[in-house]
Amino acid sequence: MYSALQDVCDPAIVAIIAALFIGSAGIPGLFLRPGPGQMIATVTTILASLAGLPAALALLFAPATSTFVLAWELPFGPCELAIDPLSAFFLLPIFLVTATGSLFALGYWPAATHRSTERGLTFFYGLLASSMALLVMARNGVFFLMVWEVMALSAYFLLVTEHGREDVRRAGTVYLIATHTGSAALFVFFSLLAGQTGSFLLPASGSLSALPPVALAIGLTAFAGFGAKAGIMPLHIWLPSAHANAPSHVSAMMSGVMLKMGLYGIFRTLTFFHDPPLVWGAFLTVTGITSALLGIAFAVAQRDLKRLLACSSIENIGIITTGLGVAMLGVSSHNPPLAYLGMAGALLHILNHSFFKPLLFLGSGVIIHATGTREMNLMGGLGKEMPRTALLFLVGSVAICGIPPLNGFVSEFLLYLGFFSQLQATSMPYIVLLAPLLALVGGLAMIAFTKLYSSVFLGAARKPGATHPHEAALTMLLPMGIFALLCLTIGLAPQLAQRLVSPALAAFMPAMARSIDPAEYMSILGRLSLFAILLLLVAFLLTLFLRWRLRQSEVTAAPTWGCGYQRATARMEYTATAFSELAVSVFNGIIRQRIERPALTGIFPSAARCNDLPTETVLDRIIVPLFNLAGPSFAFLRRLQHGQMHVYMLYIFVTLFILMLWAH
Amino acid sequence: MITIADQLLVLVLLINFISLGTSRLMFSIRAVAAQGVILGILPGLIHPFSWHLVGITAGIIAIKGFIIPLLLNRAVRSAEIKREVEPFLGYVPTLLLGALFTALSFGFASKLPLLPEHQHYMFVPASIATLMAGFLILTTRRKAISQVIGYLVLENGIFIFGLLLADAMPIMVEAGALLDLLVGTFVMGIVINHISREFSSLDTSRLTSLKEE
Repeated sequence: MYSALQDVCDPAIVAIIAALFIGSAGIPGLFLRPGPGQMIATVTTILASLAGLPAALALLFAPATSTFVLAWELPFGPCELAIDPLSAFFLLPIFLVTATGSLFALGYWPAATHRSTERGLTFFYGLLASSMALLVMARNGVFFLMVWEVMALSAYFLLVTEHGREDVRRAGTVYLIATHTGSAALFVFFSLLAGQTGSFLLPASGSLSALPPVALAIGLTAFAGFGAKAGIMPLHIWLPSAHANAPSHVSAMMSGVMLKMGLYGIFRTLTFFHDPPLVWGAFLTVTGITSALLGIAFAVAQRDLKRLLACSSIENIGIITTGLGVAMLGVSSHNPPLAYLGMAGALLHILNHSFFKPLLFLGSGVIIHATGTREMNLMGGLGKEMPRTALLFLVGSVAICGIPPLNGFVSEFLLYLGFFSQLQATSMPYIVLLAPLLALVGGLAMIAFTKLYSSVFLGAARKPGATHPHEAALTMLLPMGIFALLCLTIGLAPQLAQRLVSPALAAFMPAMARSIDPAEYMSILGRLSLFAILLLLVAFLLTLFLRWRLRQSEVTAAPTWGCGYQRATARMEYTATAFSELAVSVFNGIIRQRIERPALTGIFPSAARCNDLPTETVLDRIIVPLFNLAGPSFAFLRRLQHGQMHVYMLYIFVTLFILMLWAH
Repeated sequence: MITIADQLLVLVLLINFISLGTSRLMFSIRAVAAQGVILGILPGLIHPFSWHLVGITAGIIAIKGFIIPLLLNRAVRSAEIKREVEPFLGYVPTLLLGALFTALSFGFASKLPLLPEHQHYMFVPASIATLMAGFLILTTRRKAISQVIGYLVLENGIFIFGLLLADAMPIMVEAGALLDLLVGTFVMGIVINHISREFSSLDTSRLTSLKEE
């Protein structure tokens, strides 16, 4: 198939052109009336993605990597673009999520009702997607930083689309500070790298030694810079509020794809080194599992629908980082099965997360569109009005919890296999301890998403009469349907997914990949597939049976969770917060949910309100106090900016003078 | 021809001192206009004849020698100020600093890795000295019009440096630079107007009240 495609046109060129087309899709809309502009952008984006997806697939399985050199006049060495299997693997979610999100925007953010914001949104959306596609192709450090900044800034402008609101602006500022702190680390990273290799071209795979101290500095700056983008704890501070306040298809893009760019950076950096020390893997594993655990604990506490999803992104990034860390442990200790399983789990989870997280974010968009709020405590009973959305959302929720027969289970299964493969090993038996931790993460994810699904879709509406929820338009349901189908496909045919990740895996660690026989895991996954199909069949039959039983017997309608009361009202229902209160109280030391309870006195206490507010521990308790502390101590810097024009001139003058003296 | 050019450059340096040392704005503007005319003549002296050169010379003399001084004259007249009083630094210290910087720029220029054919001319030191003089005016004067004069002197310094390249310089670049200057003067004119209306004075140090607290 590959050669046939090659005859027609080079897939790498197709991918680059598709990226450029997506980037410029929003430009006509800047000059046209909003309606047609959005349509042009959507059609262009979808067509370009339809060309880009097969191209990325072809490149993933391509035997050789073709390299292009961008002719530029800048003094930073040649600007190379190359798409190796690792890049091609990351291109898949970029094209997929961009196209579906663009289609979703037609119904979710139509130009007709958002006249003032739609142009900028469409333009920066394309720019974000395009910069990410170019990012994974970039092989020159300076070019990489350029597209990295374009990505960071266009994400900022997307995020502050509703800049009229105070909380949106605050989220934007936090994001901007966080992303530029990360960028600063990356400037150091690329400078150190250039100092090692002598040019700004990214070093070839395995060409650097990990032993000298500067390698450690390179690794740490990469972790700080890329980790801040990926949202690994404790660098995640920008993530919950940013994802919550962006328009939903932008949240889908940020969570589904942009976080992965941070991971891509970490993956790419690790390829530079041969024989990484054991500490690196251990460090990644520990931070990964910590972020997974704390991320999902935070998610359980949230009462904002999109904040919950955002916190669960931190969890998933943590799981991926754990997989990567375990793989690095396997590489360092020359343990191919561990390296293979960790890596396959991490890569597959990247793909999976970019399927179910956009599905859930798009679903949250539909819900917000229908109810006009993000507050889960005010929702309820939407499943009756929006059955299709509810079903698709259920698929996403089950997938993200890692329950068979959906795709989340497959990647976590590979990780579990990796952990348990060390059970009999003598070298690192403590890796097995990760298994219960990951299980705990899965359990908490179950609580979080049960809370989400039940409080949003089940029961009775908690705030009835405010809006009339309605089923979403086809343009909004279709993208969700595509993601749900992909989740199911990977869940039912995990061998397919394994084939998809193995080229990227081979590119990441060629020596390890050669020494492993994928057929062994193929057969395990085959059994998994059989099991998943069986499970689906049983569920189907069970549903049929229940339906049949329902039709047989007399049915009486009563309020959900009415508990036998004659006149149950929505106020008697458990709220989302009440559901998770017990689970959150376990983590009270970390999460500190602020609950303001009234003191009840007497036999008939008067009416009172109870309020709860989950806090951002790292941001509110560490970063903000730190900034407040730093403010006064840097006040002398503010004196430099005093408004005296001629003293500003003097600054320039003095700088010039010093430079002239320096030249001597 | 080169000796004439060098003598003209000495004249340019002397004019720098005039604008550094005088408090009368009209006089200062006229001095800078004269400097502009001299700079307009200079390319004709050091490069062989071409129509391109004629265009440049005419353009520079017209803009630097007449149009910009006229605009400034009008600004001075409409703002009804004649003198720069109370500069941040007195005239004598400014003159001394100007002398010091001129000396330093000669020293600095002799150490620059220049092409051998440029080594013995005064172009580079004169350029740096004029640039420094412009900076001095910019940093020590209070009135907005003095600041415009400072910009003009600064630009003249850059222009002298550019003379070395006039052969290689396409006419579009020249035109662009001149246009830049003209637009810059216009903008400054507008700024002057607004400052004098808003603060009923042309004292740029009052701009601190615009600072964000």
